[in-house]
Amino acid sequence: MNAQKALTRREWLFLTCAGAVAFFGIWALASLAGLTSRQFLPPPWTVAEKFVELTYQPFSGATLQKHLLSSFARFGMGFALAVIIGVPMGLLLGWFRWADAIVSPLFDALRFVAPIAWVPFAALWFGTGIGGPVLIIFTGAFPPCVINAHRGARYVDRTLIEAAQTLGARHWQIITEVLLPASVPSIVAGLRVSAGLGWQSLVGAELIVASSGIGYVLVKGQASISTSIVMSGMIAIGIVGFAIDALLRRMEVRLRRRRGDAR
Amino acid sequence: MARIRNGRSEPSRLAVRGLTLVGVILLWYVATSVTQTIPPVYFPTPAEVLQALRQISLQGYADGRLQQHFFHSCWLVLLGFAAAVVIGVPLGMLMGWSRRAEAFINPTFLLLRPIPPLAWIPLAIVWLGLGDAAKVLVIWFAAFVPAVINSYAGVRSIEPYLIEAARSLGVRGPMLVREVLFPGALPLIFTGLRLSLQACWTTLVAGELIGAIVGLGHVLYQAGLDLFPAMIVVGMIGVAIGGGLMTAALGWLETRAMPWHRR
Repeated sequence: MNAQKALTRREWLFLTCAGAVAFFGIWALASLAGLTSRQFLPPPWTVAEKFVELTYQPFSGATLQKHLLSSFARFGMGFALAVIIGVPMGLLLGWFRWADAIVSPLFDALRFVAPIAWVPFAALWFGTGIGGPVLIIFTGAFPPCVINAHRGARYVDRTLIEAAQTLGARHWQIITEVLLPASVPSIVAGLRVSAGLGWQSLVGAELIVASSGIGYVLVKGQASISTSIVMSGMIAIGIVGFAIDALLRRMEVRLRRRRGDAR
Repeated sequence: MARIRNGRSEPSRLAVRGLTLVGVILLWYVATSVTQTIPPVYFPTPAEVLQALRQISLQGYADGRLQQHFFHSCWLVLLGFAAAVVIGVPLGMLMGWSRRAEAFINPTFLLLRPIPPLAWIPLAIVWLGLGDAAKVLVIWFAAFVPAVINSYAGVRSIEPYLIEAARSLGVRGPMLVREVLFPGALPLIFTGLRLSLQACWTTLVAGELIGAIVGLGHVLYQAGLDLFPAMIVVGMIGVAIGGGLMTAALGWLETRAMPWHRR
């Protein structure tokens, strides 16, 4: 692909392992060298121990799994809302030009407001329990849903639409029978972006307003100046975020393959 | 199939935009001030927002005037963003060019990438306290990952024959980077920078909401505490304008940097 030759499998494996060792090695050395106290920068194994400990010993009210579960429930609600409202809205905007002309400028203007900036209103309108964080996740996850459904609907093969129209399809039928199936790949790609942003917004929301959940673990760890708790929480966030993304990516690949066969 | 344009000309598009915004402001005025469908406790009237704007620009709010908050936030974003560009773009290009460097650095990336930038905030606070340094660190991280990934993809996207041609003409070393790799990777680099900038603003707002002395996020935080909806709106508008201006500046830079490339 490039001017550089591809590596042999052995070379690649060696360098990758060396890279991983270097990462953990530098971390451990920095911690052991005594530049800062161990509390500020614990070595990797202390963090790993803490991570395991948190899974059975409750911290600020619950074990790590329970915190994750309550975070995930919030995320699920916000993300589901974003998909349920965002995808149909994107399709409608892709079909009705007049609606597009009215809504798009507003949407573009609102998009400049970072999702996290909704935190004060979210707390004011829905409280800090479930409603507030869900609204923030929603504001993070919503735009990619709309944008990708909209783009998908816009780029649908014109002949398909015309064929449906000659057969007497109504607006509603065109949207559900032509636009929706044709824009599924674009929508699914949008879902991945959307889930990533939603998960990130969840973390932000929980850092600021919530009193449970994985973000709250970070806040509590920070308050007690325990880097190992903060890092354990970050690892848990990373794992779940990675899992969500991997799941959606698999869906995307499978879908693309099936469509490739169908054509 | 090419997208069918609806023969509407640019000026009338602008007119629709303008009319929509006027309509929304009217609707806002009527719903909050005339019929009071939306109680002022939840959402302010236009007059209240103007009042809050006057208050924060003349007398100041949350320990500073609007200009101070605004420029402070922009400054932090600029610092973090610039640092990420200066370090991230060369690193990404190196990874794109050398398979060895890629294999060696990739593990670190795979480990750090799933952790959303916002989750670094507590760690940054533990390490660096509530001052500006912690925020710049997190903003840097938020912008760093997209900058690296897109610079990497940018170098990889260069047609191999271009590199071969340059080489056969005797172009090597720094000249190859300056004349072939950098210009070739630039379109994707700018895509990455746009993503980076967005991530920077989100992170900044979250960081300032969690703890700050001045800044737009601090205004939002204080307004949330004081149950002062009008000031929340002012803060959100400030965030939107800051993000919008910087995105516009980046777009301008993009057209200047790549006169050959039209989007």
